[in-house]
Amino acid sequence: MLRNETATIISIRAVSKLFGTFKALDEVSLNVREGERVVVCGPSGSGKSTLIRCVNRLEQHDVGEIVLDGVTLGNTRDSAKVIADTVGMVFQQFNLFPHLTVLDNITLGPVRSRGMSEADAKALAMHYLERVKIPEQAGKYPRNLSGGQQQRVAIARALCMEPRVMLFDEPTSALDPEMINEVLDVMAELAGSGMTMICVTHEMGFARRVADTMVFMDKGKIVETAPPDVFFTAPESARCQEFLQQILPH
Amino acid sequence: MALSWKSARWIAFLTLVPILSGCSDRWGWYVVNPTTPSGWTNLTFLMSGLWYTILLSVTAIAISVVLGLLIALPGLSKNPFLRAFNRIYVEVVRAPPILVLILWVYYGLPQAADIQISVFWAGVVALALSDSAFEAEIYRAGIQSIDKGQYEAAQTISLGYADTMRYVILPQAIRRILPAMGNQFVYMLKMSSLVSVIGMQELTRKANELVTAEYRPLEIYSILVLEYLVLILVVSALVRWLERRLTADEAR
Ligand SMILES: Nc1ncnc2c1ncn2[C@@H]1O[C@H](COP(=O)(O)OP(=O)(O)OP(=O)(O)O)[C@@H](O)[C@H]1O
Ligand SMILES: [Mg+2]
Repeated sequence: MLRNETATIISIRAVSKLFGTFKALDEVSLNVREGERVVVCGPSGSGKSTLIRCVNRLEQHDVGEIVLDGVTLGNTRDSAKVIADTVGMVFQQFNLFPHLTVLDNITLGPVRSRGMSEADAKALAMHYLERVKIPEQAGKYPRNLSGGQQQRVAIARALCMEPRVMLFDEPTSALDPEMINEVLDVMAELAGSGMTMICVTHEMGFARRVADTMVFMDKGKIVETAPPDVFFTAPESARCQEFLQQILPH
Repeated sequence: MALSWKSARWIAFLTLVPILSGCSDRWGWYVVNPTTPSGWTNLTFLMSGLWYTILLSVTAIAISVVLGLLIALPGLSKNPFLRAFNRIYVEVVRAPPILVLILWVYYGLPQAADIQISVFWAGVVALALSDSAFEAEIYRAGIQSIDKGQYEAAQTISLGYADTMRYVILPQAIRRILPAMGNQFVYMLKMSSLVSVIGMQELTRKANELVTAEYRPLEIYSILVLEYLVLILVVSALVRWLERRLTADEAR
């Protein structure tokens, strides 16, 4: 379990995000401490993806403030730098580069944006491929891998930038059921190593196992924030109870 | 555009039959009969334009492939002024017929800009300019066909705009647009014949000059047709080879 005294690394303060006139995020606030594992769940369209995409500015919030490792996010160099140095992301659709081998997918970032030598980047990439347990696939192209393997490559690609925070947006939703666990195991192992994580997922077994904090979103608002034992046994809001009933096996 | 060897053999056969069957004195093939000294001289005269046709087309294509990309990228920008620049360039430059552009660049531009321009460079500029507008549209379509997730993934490993384009987007886009670009190469090769009107000593010009001297248009222009056919088969083969090479690693 997370020690309480660690510093806040992400502070989301009354953030709203509009798409046209539609409020995808409605005054959302959330603090994430270093080493904390946050699992975000909620119905489709509730703003889960938008929330974590605001943290690395794939979406730009309209109102409120997001502070990442002491830097307020915005259209500034400092903001871009703190995101580049701090945050990694894994997508539902993997988004691997199809024209590059697994190894080249992983080394591209370190070589081009960190200025690392090819040899160092390769060594680092192999280290992370070992960690996601597919070092033997290094020379293959993404299309020749299974979905679970592709997602593990995507995790290795993000880790190779050595981020301090990892964002996961439904990383197992596009996978066949038999491949979900191999990805969740890698993520659980990562969580065990002390990585700060915000993870959007509906895999409640995984959430119970690794989460320090459960967040439930509905209609662009955070409706419930609680440690998993409380969250799963005694959720406060009716909306959250209803959601859990639908999603949890009886 | 893409020809298999089988169809290439058929085309060669069907073209050669009327030509060879006419190889009697009555038809006048003697003007290009390689076994006689004068026929041989005429034939080498016709072929002597080959180098300029190739040089002209290759130079023009090389320039327009680069220029086309530089025109396409602003068209994909969020900035409305850059997008407008792209639209205006494309619409204006692709409007005039290539022949008109050649005449304008050769006769008009030197007056307007007070410069000297050789026949060769006038041809290159006119062809490259015209082609760049089409290349720009091909690039734009190709780049737009790349999934948004590729840009986002590049952003999350902190690649800047140039690196994202160079290492992530363009390699994928170019694979998709290669067939369309191949068409454009063939088209440019053909359009290079128009530069003959300002006196460029390429294939078509040579044929015209020989026709004036020998009064044998059927035979001489038949040879000209053959010359372009062979050139274009070579270009097609090259483009196909390039396509195979670029997709070979993906199939592994
Ligand atoms: N680029 C966009 N333009 C317009 N509307 C958008 C855009 N992105 C998201 N939205 C809308 O914002 C709302 C929240 O979207 P978001 O993707 O954050 O939901 P989500 O909780 O991740 O849902 P899901 O479980 O389906 O992934 C949705 O109603 C969606 O239609
Ligand atoms: Mg989502």
